[in-house]
Amino acid sequence: MGTALSTEVIARVEDVTKTYIMGGDALNALQNVNIDFHAGDFVSIMGPSGCGKSTLMNLLGCLDRPTSGRYLLGGHDISKMDDDSLSAIRGAQLGFIFQSYNLIQQLSVVENIEVPLYYQGRAEDESRAIAIDLATRVGLGSRLYHKPFELSGGQQQRVGIARALANDPLVILADEPTGNLDSKSGDEILKFFHELNEQGKTLIMVTHSDEIAAQSFRVIRLRDGRIESDVRR
Amino acid sequence: MSAVRLSSSGGPSVGSSFTFLRLKRTVRVGVKSLWMHRLRSLLTVLGIVFGVCSVIAMLAIGEGTSYAVQEQIRKLGSSSIIIRSVKPPEAEKPSQQQRNWSIAYGITYADIEIIKKTIPGVTVVVPARIIRQAVWNHAKSVNADIYGTVAWYPEMRNHPVERGRFFSQDEVDRTINVCTLGHETAAALFPVDDPVGLNVKVGANYYRVIGVMEAGGTGGESIPGQSSAAPKASLHKMYIPISAAKSRFGETLMKRTSGAMESETVELHEAVIQVHNQQEVKETGEIVEEILARNHKKKDYEVFVPLRLLEQAEKSKQMFNLVLGAIAAISLIVGGIGIMNIMLASVTERTREIGIRRALGAKKKDIIVQFLIETVILSGLGGILGVILGVLIPFFITYFSDMKTIVTLWSPIIAFSISALVGIVFGIYPALRAANMDPVEALRHE
Repeated sequence: MGTALSTEVIARVEDVTKTYIMGGDALNALQNVNIDFHAGDFVSIMGPSGCGKSTLMNLLGCLDRPTSGRYLLGGHDISKMDDDSLSAIRGAQLGFIFQSYNLIQQLSVVENIEVPLYYQGRAEDESRAIAIDLATRVGLGSRLYHKPFELSGGQQQRVGIARALANDPLVILADEPTGNLDSKSGDEILKFFHELNEQGKTLIMVTHSDEIAAQSFRVIRLRDGRIESDVRR
Repeated sequence: MSAVRLSSSGGPSVGSSFTFLRLKRTVRVGVKSLWMHRLRSLLTVLGIVFGVCSVIAMLAIGEGTSYAVQEQIRKLGSSSIIIRSVKPPEAEKPSQQQRNWSIAYGITYADIEIIKKTIPGVTVVVPARIIRQAVWNHAKSVNADIYGTVAWYPEMRNHPVERGRFFSQDEVDRTINVCTLGHETAAALFPVDDPVGLNVKVGANYYRVIGVMEAGGTGGESIPGQSSAAPKASLHKMYIPISAAKSRFGETLMKRTSGAMESETVELHEAVIQVHNQQEVKETGEIVEEILARNHKKKDYEVFVPLRLLEQAEKSKQMFNLVLGAIAAISLIVGGIGIMNIMLASVTERTREIGIRRALGAKKKDIIVQFLIETVILSGLGGILGVILGVLIPFFITYFSDMKTIVTLWSPIIAFSISALVGIVFGIYPALRAANMDPVEALRHE
């Protein structure tokens, strides 16, 4: 059990069903899913492809709304929000880390980290200071003004982490964060995750690898849109 | 397990109002994105550049030519009517057998008297006789048009005296041999000295120079679009009292050609009728024409109303501007379509970036603004380049070909604003398309 884990629920998935219409057939990507996420937890979501974990991640990331059921994040009912409010809550409460890093190519390291701050309407010099501080914390203090294509995969993913931290989010969502990295860089990224978790950040991570999942405190397995197992170690 | 936390840290902040600083940052991001694809951006912008620059350049040329025409017409006087003697067409070619022949044609002093008497609105009439002869200053000579005219000629023709003075009514009454030289004539005959007070010789007579006219002037040269009575007007001019012209040269001009003798009798070559009220110019012109038609068997005169010509010039200029406007609109629309095309490609290419920005908190509005600003930067840049080129091209045209061009202040302003407007109009659709992408789909886009 992690040191910082509290009993406080910061995200609750309540009887959520997500249905896609594909070629006239209704396909339930998620079916009556219930999960509570606790503050300071480090959760892995696993399952074979097509099990609904991407759908779940999109819902948790407020990029999509459930067909039925409720999703509460930090006290806000996401299922009833309009597009602008969803954008606002993504920007303010969530940090995203992607498998392919998803940095904006024409922007430098610092500018990439500043993007979430920009959409929060933070002042320029303030966000510059935050971005430089974060870049230094992830070990890129000497590469502040490099462009993403001048960095290695591991370095790019560290920029991704710094960017996810920029708004001091409630939850950090990582989609296969080490999927594109060699094992050494992957270990570095996981080390950062542990550090963040120790500082009290809540992490939710999708992964294929049992080895990586083993580093989290709770592993949720999905199969065919339902929870197959939910194990806390 | 406790209840779901209700008071969260912050909550959805709605702090994305567009301040100037924010706009500045968006512009900077836009410039960066465009700079990434420099060549593409430049090529995209060319349509607008050429559109704007051709509009300005063409307007400048049009404005320049119509200005020159109008200036010429205006000098003839907008409240005057000009009548001129024309050699009647049937008298142009004498038969081969007839070696010696003489004709009499043109406006007579009697015509002027009738006009003066019949039309009450007519105030001043400037009659003029034009004689082509050599004017001498010692060994230098020029072939000049010698105008026998009246004392108020300079005011009537808007052609002021540069140095000295024009002759007076008194000098006309007393048939004194004085003259005022045209600017070019003075320069040719007296390259060094001030001619005022000196004498020039025409035929056997000496004339005392009392003044020099300003450069330019319109007496006798062809009126645009009309055939002129006198042989092609000379650049060199000299003005003498009409009484002196009458007594020294008579009314018959003799011309000797090989083996033939022709004589022409013309009383007046030209007369200018001044009308009090500018509104009455056109009607008066018609009356004058009627009077002359009644008293002349042949059409050996012509009547010009400069105001009518001015109006015609104005009308054709408006037509010209309309055509230009249409060409401009078409070229700017073509430019705009080019920009839209590239922006649509750019939106597709940057689907991933749009997804990332949306995930990181960008609202639809933010995406719209971002892409719209890029289009406006593109078209604005095109507009600026176009304005620079459009102002330079007329300058070079004038420099290399002496063609008058006028870049009016409003033409670059209008061309530029239209290009910016085109940017907004043609940027809206790509921007909306970018904003309406599903963030999930956009993030998945390869």
